[in-house]
Amino acid sequence: MKRIFPMPIHSLMLTLVWLLLNGWSYGQLFLGLFLGLMIPIVAYPYVRGHTSVKKPLAMLVYLLLLLWDIVVANVDVARRILMPNKHLKPGWIAYPLSLQEDFPATVLASSISLTPGTVSVEFAEDMSCLYIHVLHLDNETSLKAFIAKRYEQPLKEIFGC
Amino acid sequence: MLNNLVGLAVLVAAFMVGVAMLFCLWRLIQGPDITDRVLALDTLYINSIALIILLGLYHGSALYYEGALLIAMLGFVSTAALAKYLLRGDIIE
Amino acid sequence: MSDLTTVAMTDYLVALLVLIGASFMLIGSWGLVKLPDFFTRLHAPTKASTLGIGATLIGSLIWFSVQQGSVHIHELVISIFLFLTAPVSAYMMGKAALHRHRPMITGTKNVKLAEKAARREGLKKPD
Repeated sequence: MKRIFPMPIHSLMLTLVWLLLNGWSYGQLFLGLFLGLMIPIVAYPYVRGHTSVKKPLAMLVYLLLLLWDIVVANVDVARRILMPNKHLKPGWIAYPLSLQEDFPATVLASSISLTPGTVSVEFAEDMSCLYIHVLHLDNETSLKAFIAKRYEQPLKEIFGC
Repeated sequence: MLNNLVGLAVLVAAFMVGVAMLFCLWRLIQGPDITDRVLALDTLYINSIALIILLGLYHGSALYYEGALLIAMLGFVSTAALAKYLLRGDIIE
Repeated sequence: MSDLTTVAMTDYLVALLVLIGASFMLIGSWGLVKLPDFFTRLHAPTKASTLGIGATLIGSLIWFSVQQGSVHIHELVISIFLFLTAPVSAYMMGKAALHRHRPMITGTKNVKLAEKAARREGLKKPD
């Protein structure tokens, strides 16, 4: 079983994306299933050891929350762009990272980049912290607490680490 | 074909995206560093995706999405390659 | 096209979404011109453009779905792709700029942290 379906969720995703791109028909379904089966078999040796999602439902809730935050982020950043430059107080923070695995840390960094006025720029060498550039830095501690509560805590639960 | 309201909205939007692309072009020429130019290119390709989608809306044809998808993929790969080249002086090691 | 009122509703919705998308894109590109240093400029396109594209794509998704009477989800693939790649390209460009020691405007807080981050080893090619 493991040899035929090394990554069942990926197989399903690939088939689904193939059908989204090419429209529905039985021929396309067959081709999509074929690709969905073959690509994971070829790709599996390279991605082995990734952390897997333990709670898919929590992941969905997280993604919806993130989507909402992206909308808020855009309005916020648009407002700051339209204001004169002298009101801008950019700054750097080093966010202490407690997620150590590659994949969850990447998801966290991407979430931070997509949301209000923050872009993650560099990881520390020992993964102890994440350097973030903030477009408007008012209160460093409250921002760190916000990231920890809103993104890192749910991600820990989702990936079970 | 489009009716008046959506047609007008699409035309206005296309004009706005065009102006946005001119801004990107200014940053692309102005510099001052090559990282700014890469950033301008990145924004330029995102704007061009929007322009193609608006064109597809205007002509009422769904075929333009293939083009938009191709630009999205190539744009990301070229941005990643350029950034990596700036970082390490090499792309494929 | 079934009902006259739903058609009018979707017209307004599509027009609104397309205009919102275009204005976000315009603001993002304006930020690219106006903001003072590279790292602040990095915020403008990666944020405003993703929502700009997202709104435009959802507008066209609704339009074609109503026009053709069937759900038309192609556009969603492009938006998902852009939402996945935008932070990655922002990260890579920011990292390149950080290690090239791009200047920051005066008044940037905690510049020491950036210097510390830029000293990270292991970026040069092994000889």
